[in-house]
Amino acid sequence: MKALLLRDLRLAIRAGGGFGLSLAFFLIVVVLVPFGVGPESDILSRIGPGILWVAALLATLLSLDRQFALDHEDGALPLIATSPLPLEAVALAKALAHWLTTGLPLTLAAAPLGVLLNLDPAAYPWIVLTLGLGTPALSVIGTFGAALTVGIRRGGLLLSLLVLPLYVPTLIFGAEAARRGAQGLEVATPLLMLAGITAGSLALLPFAAGGVLRINLR
Amino acid sequence: MTLRVQGLAVARGGVPVLTDLGFTVDPGHALVLRGPNGAGKTTLLRVLAGLAPPLAGRIDLPPESAAYASHADGIKATLSVTENLRFWAALYGRPWADQVLDDFDLRTLKDRPAGTLSAGQSRRLGLARLGVIGRQVLLLDEPTVSLDAASVARFAAWLRERHLGRGGIAVIATHVPLGLDAPELDLAWFRADPAAVSHGTDAAFL
Repeated sequence: MKALLLRDLRLAIRAGGGFGLSLAFFLIVVVLVPFGVGPESDILSRIGPGILWVAALLATLLSLDRQFALDHEDGALPLIATSPLPLEAVALAKALAHWLTTGLPLTLAAAPLGVLLNLDPAAYPWIVLTLGLGTPALSVIGTFGAALTVGIRRGGLLLSLLVLPLYVPTLIFGAEAARRGAQGLEVATPLLMLAGITAGSLALLPFAAGGVLRINLR
Repeated sequence: MTLRVQGLAVARGGVPVLTDLGFTVDPGHALVLRGPNGAGKTTLLRVLAGLAPPLAGRIDLPPESAAYASHADGIKATLSVTENLRFWAALYGRPWADQVLDDFDLRTLKDRPAGTLSAGQSRRLGLARLGVIGRQVLLLDEPTVSLDAASVARFAAWLRERHLGRGGIAVIATHVPLGLDAPELDLAWFRADPAAVSHGTDAAFL
């Protein structure tokens, strides 16, 4: 599993690996929003956490279709499937590599980008915390979606349609926890729900993804 | 360890292509699959590799002993030749030995990004994967495509000396004579009735 993880990380940072894609998209959205919303700083700081969450979610979505598609195109997937590594572990390694190259950079970039949205100083730790807690769920759910659509040419649209509804709970609880934290309200409930979604998807979805891959490889 | 296949039936896309297929390959021996396009050579190899379930019959093969090599080599263009091979060795939990670079004449290419290799060179890299993963049963689908005569001979020699000579087994679908002393199996003899629609597929699918 380590071999696959290291290979995927190496591929991501090499030319054409798509490492910067999500991050650049995130940056662009967050930079553009103040221009679109206008210069009222209190509106911006109110919608800031939500904007960061939606932008992070869409940026994650952008890089999902590469998850298995590249290995499928060049024929590596059946070769990996016949290796000693079970497909469930393959899915988990892929999700982890995706999070390290997408979710983690987004989480770290969210704090400096918050300045552009006139974020309340109290909101910064909450943004980083909720994104850090929620983006692993986005990667695992997305990997499951990518496993479902592997082998479909131009499957990106189908993948988005499948994955977006599954992303909604993470978005709701993540953004809600960030908003409440920023306003100094009680955050335990949405935060626990968010953590629960992440833990649940981490525990269950690699198995689902492994099973789906096995069927798709036939 | 012997590869033993009995009463095997396989389907491609839900349509049976081969039926009542049986053969035995002893250690140190190879079997060459013959048949026109669409005869089911690739389908049979994929079933033997465990990528697809058989419709019927049994395959006696110890778990985690087979390696499958298809038309596509699964080579990553942005990784170097050595990085590609080291990945496969690590994935299969095998120690890295760079003897394989000599076996497949890749020594001078070892640090080149795989994306810059010619078709024949990438094919050699794809075949070199078989040398690092150390599997007993090789299931090879047209291994010599885009290889020149010298490379075919080199590969045949590797197969004979380093694989079969050490008690390995190979099942090879090929149109090119490899110079192996191997029996041939003509899949045309086992063709399933194309009109017969599979009823077992749905159950097998789930």
